[in-house]
Amino acid sequence: MGRAARSNPPPADGGGLLRAISLRPGADLDGFRAAARRLVAAGIPPERVTWQEDGATDLFGVDVGGEAPPLSLPPGVGDLVRMVVPHRDPERYALLYALIWRVLHGERRLLEVGSDPLVHRLERMRKAIARDLHKMHAFLRFRRAEGELERFVAWFEPDHYILEAAAPFFVDRFRALHWSILTPEGSAHWDGSGLTYGPPGRREDAPASDGFEAGWRDYYESTFNPARTNLRAMRSEMPKKYWRNLPETAAIPDLVRSAASRTEAMIEREPQMPVKRNPARAVAAMADDAPGSLEELNAVIRRSEPLVPGATQAVLGEGPVGATIAFVGEQPGDQEDRQGRPFVGPAGQLLMRAMGEAGLMRPEVYLTNAVKHFKFEERGKRRIHQKPTAGEVSHYRWWLDRELDFVAPRLVVALGATAVLALTGKAIPITRARGPAGFEKPYRGFITVHPSYLLRLPDEAKDDAYGAFVEDLRRVKALAEELAG
Amino acid sequence: MDESLAKKLRILADAAKYDASCSSSGAPKRKAGAGELGSTTGVGICHAYTPDGRCISLLKILLTNYCLFDCAYCINRRSSNVRRAKFSVDEVVTLTVEFYKRNYIEGLFLSSGIIKSPDHTMELLTRVAKDLRRKHGFRGYIHLKSIPEASPWLIEEAGLYADRLSINLELPTEASLERLAPEKDGAAIQGAMAQIGERIHEAKAERRRFSPAGQSTQVIVGADATTDEALIRKSAHLYGSYNLKRVYYSAFSPIPEGSTILPLKSPPLQREHRLYQGDWLIRYYEFSADDVADATDGGMFALDIDPKLAWALKNRDRFPVDVNRAEREALLRVPGLGARAVDKIVKARRHTRLRLDDVARLTSGLKRARPFLIAEDYRPTGLTDCLDLRSRLAEPAQQMSLF
Repeated sequence: MGRAARSNPPPADGGGLLRAISLRPGADLDGFRAAARRLVAAGIPPERVTWQEDGATDLFGVDVGGEAPPLSLPPGVGDLVRMVVPHRDPERYALLYALIWRVLHGERRLLEVGSDPLVHRLERMRKAIARDLHKMHAFLRFRRAEGELERFVAWFEPDHYILEAAAPFFVDRFRALHWSILTPEGSAHWDGSGLTYGPPGRREDAPASDGFEAGWRDYYESTFNPARTNLRAMRSEMPKKYWRNLPETAAIPDLVRSAASRTEAMIEREPQMPVKRNPARAVAAMADDAPGSLEELNAVIRRSEPLVPGATQAVLGEGPVGATIAFVGEQPGDQEDRQGRPFVGPAGQLLMRAMGEAGLMRPEVYLTNAVKHFKFEERGKRRIHQKPTAGEVSHYRWWLDRELDFVAPRLVVALGATAVLALTGKAIPITRARGPAGFEKPYRGFITVHPSYLLRLPDEAKDDAYGAFVEDLRRVKALAEELAG
Repeated sequence: MDESLAKKLRILADAAKYDASCSSSGAPKRKAGAGELGSTTGVGICHAYTPDGRCISLLKILLTNYCLFDCAYCINRRSSNVRRAKFSVDEVVTLTVEFYKRNYIEGLFLSSGIIKSPDHTMELLTRVAKDLRRKHGFRGYIHLKSIPEASPWLIEEAGLYADRLSINLELPTEASLERLAPEKDGAAIQGAMAQIGERIHEAKAERRRFSPAGQSTQVIVGADATTDEALIRKSAHLYGSYNLKRVYYSAFSPIPEGSTILPLKSPPLQREHRLYQGDWLIRYYEFSADDVADATDGGMFALDIDPKLAWALKNRDRFPVDVNRAEREALLRVPGLGARAVDKIVKARRHTRLRLDDVARLTSGLKRARPFLIAEDYRPTGLTDCLDLRSRLAEPAQQMSLF
């Protein structure tokens, strides 16, 4: 594309007269859109249009009145128009119409040519609006109005006609409050459910003070570091024109005046002997802070909330501290969640049966889960178990590690893939790793299936799988005796 | 606001101001639902600027400035004679909500001295965030400074409510840490950073919420002898290994009640500025840590020219670069051309041949860029090799002064 493409002859218009378009004062987006459509439809080039903001009746003329079809503009142009229309520059409509004209006459991708003088100028105007909006969002200060109802009012003076463009931000942010924003050009009001626009306000219409302003000024003063005074940086970001509506800026002259002497005083002051007693004991006590026993750890776990909301309670491990064998399952199920004990549901009962056949007794072993809370999906009245994600397993892993430190078993049996993940940090397929394992921990490891896996198998496969599981538990018992021996 | 609360606020804001970070960026965009308060915009908003030119975006306070630690660079170390105060959880919540309703702030940045124990302190910090979210439907920004010595599950919980977690490295080397912050444990700090980094990564993959705006850290510049090169290499490592969002460089600044083992003079603020520029080269300009090291002189950035210009002056054979033909990577190396200007150049040149005037409309740094680029109507004849190029481009010798 290039300058040559622009020589497409514009459609003929109805004469060589200047067209005067009259728009509402302020940001008249609808008026501009309608006018641009009609001008394009009539083939009137930008150099034959003048734009006025007097709110007078449309002087467009009789030849091309009425509605015109919407313009087909590439993405970006519409956004630019919307952004630039609130600009105070009286030339904005002419510039935007010139842009639209060129885009529709051979330069469809004109906006990509940031070096074009027209695009460059409009881009600067767009930036000015973006900055004005940003500063309004940043520097507007609400004051609480008198009265029972919590209602806030702000007075603000933007550079451009941006009230309507700026208001949605405040709705999104202060939806629960009632508020009004007053500007010299108009006002916006939010009553908790609807946004309305009204006539211009006056500074005196906003409350003269607010109960938290002194505190805010205290904060502003205290957070300032006199050793880094840099007024140029402050003024470029917070130009003086905003100061009169910012309560905190009243503090600036004093802060600046005293900054040098405060800094000098800091440097000249001799380092002083600390007056505080030596807190060696307190520091030593800090080391004892982490839970010192299984009971203390369990108290922490019991207090904590489930990572995924829903569980009734945390299900803690169960069994004697110092047990030779610890079993680690996946997470509590429906029954465990109700009763607050591990391995009491159908899978737990199956585990007990298999342990019995292998010669292991529940009271002698330690039983726990990788994840301490039941995670489920509700289907009708049933709570369907959901497998914990890797991230959830990591979240709970710290507790499991600490728990096993306290119980100090010789052998830890990982029941299923989740337990293996929790104990090793790695996803390892059970079928390949089944049997004795090193977990790089102070105890030996053993990997087998989770009993719930047996429950899900088809009947014809159940017996063999159950037999293999019992066989695993016999090996666990033998290994444990060897380790204890 | 009653006077006792105001007094605490003055003490605990003063105590928190040495943390450079005040950013409220990076959180996913949120809007207040019915009955809720607050939103996040993604980029963050600076609601005010203090006369030090720094932005106030968040209510940046300590829960308490009582502390058991004795870090020499810190005004709140236990052996300092500063005035002490402690907020209750409710007081912090009230201040945050009331300041927020008046549009003073984007949210809260809460840190604390270590009282009683790291776990106890971390639990209090988390409770503030949890109460804000649960009891007040607060949807604004929350940045919690994590306590690396606290139990790992407490950091897990904090990440559920905070938008950003950070742990300050403060001192870039083990030796400095040992000398200036004897109670701190470098391994614990990096361990906790790794935990946070890992968890952020997992949560993103599983679409769960955990510190969605990432983690950041701060290092103090000028309290020890670490060079700029070493600092930048450390940062490159942190960005790479822990997926940090930001490293803040805080020029060591004199503090009331200074310790005797600190340097008497603070480093020029310009040094801090150059470090940020070097950091940007890594994050946005595709420079490696070695490239940035190449921009230093004996490990330190020059104060009178920016690191990108310093690199270009040392690598003159790579210039001039043709704005109408060069790859994006080569354009990014041109002093004076920002990443955005480069993107605009690449876009515009698809449609037109760029002349020097055109380039001037796409960047505000043409003066510095000129000797290093070729345009349709312009070649820097001999300028690139000119011996006094450095002094021509250097900023006037004024050191940003303290006073």
